[in-house]
Amino acid sequence: MIKPTEKILQPKMAVEIAGIKLKNPVMPASGTFGYGEEYAPYINLNQLGAVVTKGTSLNPKAGNNTPRICETVSGMLNAIGLQNVGVDAFIKDKIVYLEQFDTPVIVNFFGNTQEEYGEVAARLNDVPGVAALEMNISCPNVKHGGIIFGTDPKAAFAAVSLVRKRTTKPLIVKLTPNVTDIQITARATEDAGADALSLINTLTGMAVDVKTRRPRLANTIGGLSGPAIRPIAVRLVHQVVQAVQVPVIGIGGISRAMDALEFLIVGAKAVQVGTANFVDPNAMATIIAGLEDFCQEEGIADINDLIGSLEL
Amino acid sequence: MKNLKTVVLSNQEISPGYFRMQILAPGYNKLAKPGQFVMFRVQRSLPPLLRRPFGIFRVGFMPADCDSMPPKEFIELIYKVVGSGTEIMQRLHQGDPVELLGPLGNGFDLGVAEEEKILVGGGIGLVPLYMLAERMVATSKVRLLMGGRTRDDIITVTEFERLGVETYVSTEDGSLGDEGLVTQVLERKLDKYPKSTVFACGPMPMIKAVQKICFERGIPLQVSLEALMACGVGACLGCVVKGAGHTEVEPRYLCTCTSGPVFAAEDLDWGNSEVSTVVAGGCK
Repeated sequence: MIKPTEKILQPKMAVEIAGIKLKNPVMPASGTFGYGEEYAPYINLNQLGAVVTKGTSLNPKAGNNTPRICETVSGMLNAIGLQNVGVDAFIKDKIVYLEQFDTPVIVNFFGNTQEEYGEVAARLNDVPGVAALEMNISCPNVKHGGIIFGTDPKAAFAAVSLVRKRTTKPLIVKLTPNVTDIQITARATEDAGADALSLINTLTGMAVDVKTRRPRLANTIGGLSGPAIRPIAVRLVHQVVQAVQVPVIGIGGISRAMDALEFLIVGAKAVQVGTANFVDPNAMATIIAGLEDFCQEEGIADINDLIGSLEL
Repeated sequence: MKNLKTVVLSNQEISPGYFRMQILAPGYNKLAKPGQFVMFRVQRSLPPLLRRPFGIFRVGFMPADCDSMPPKEFIELIYKVVGSGTEIMQRLHQGDPVELLGPLGNGFDLGVAEEEKILVGGGIGLVPLYMLAERMVATSKVRLLMGGRTRDDIITVTEFERLGVETYVSTEDGSLGDEGLVTQVLERKLDKYPKSTVFACGPMPMIKAVQKICFERGIPLQVSLEALMACGVGACLGCVVKGAGHTEVEPRYLCTCTSGPVFAAEDLDWGNSEVSTVVAGGCK
């Protein structure tokens, strides 16, 4: 037990992941925050630990047919299909906007093939505004690539190894929960040179309209996110923290400070907030304030003292 | 554009399954344009998880509780109970806390004063047309064609009449007004007033039929679309619609929330446009 001592007036909130210094451990999950600009009217981007941008591929990508989203009990299914402007347009049009903020930019990217992953990473490597790359090997909503690399440890190792050779930026690899043993994929990506891991991406799911007898998503299957998946995510982060040395970023159903704390306590060095941004565009600011309040109340001088403090 | 933590002022059933809710909304009289919408958070707890998009019916002021206070600014939403979100919504009372994100979207282009205007509303699709009519009646001749399945779907027509709008009602079962589809009425009116411009909101089959009629006659058309939305601000990409020139090879998706919800008909792809016609966001 961490014994409450005296109230801490200004707890230290900064954390460091793969050499990137974050003001606090809270950042958006890729795909739920656009390119940052969309949310700038509602939340001060300077407050955030980092901004994580919508997944970028070598060529522009159309995404799936509609309906693409659907609410389920305490969660939502999505099959957007990684619609994005492509890496060149991203570099030209999107990253510039984010340079005005004093917040590291983590660029999420993906490819259909190993070579595409490598090429996108290489093109982002010389862009000064990019603090780190987050390699998505876990999207459940595209036919090629994505999750294939995330579910086969050998493919994951090969793809991450190749990307590692093409970039000198800190490399975060985003893992899928849709595997039997996540520790195996986690170790494979660590061995291949990942500087950090982020998890979980969405869980695959499906919902049916019983009147029309059709799937609620045009893609039939989608990725489940939101509060419904949090206990699964906490368990997986806990397991991965046991399996690897590199820092872990916890993701999955975080909408309050209390939720974020669960991930930090099991050992995540930072957290990503996803679906909650849709519900409350100011959610991350509330979470950051809540983490600070918790540290004050509990007498924790530095949030790093909380990380991995799980008592078993 | 901001998130407003506010309260319900009133919430009443106006026709079987249709409700009118007034919400305290400082700033909206100045901010809100016809055709804009809000992302409405029904309650702080779950369910529902996601906000629901609703077109703004009108904005206004009501007297304060005492003379020394300024009048209360409100917005009015009209909604149909279609699923879990709206089921909770219908049970809200005066003073219940809710949140509004908005006003969002582009709104209608009011066009030029001399043109005659025809508004086509199908069921709950009537909602965003009221503020539009309010703004246009002073300078233009405005006609409203209101269609529904039965008389229960015909809402707020007398309020349009009070604005000075000429109204024509049709129902598919003939229980109120002309028997038939609102698009049949549109064809007759366009025969008579061929110089009109058209503004339409309603279910997708109606929108498509209106588009076909207007396209064949070369009549300018703006449509307001409904779509499932998670964020309302262009981030989730859940509410996209195919834009003009969309192909499989060179896809052109537009967000209903930020590029719409109002589109000039020529900006959309009508060949194989697939827009969800669910009124509120999220699954039923």
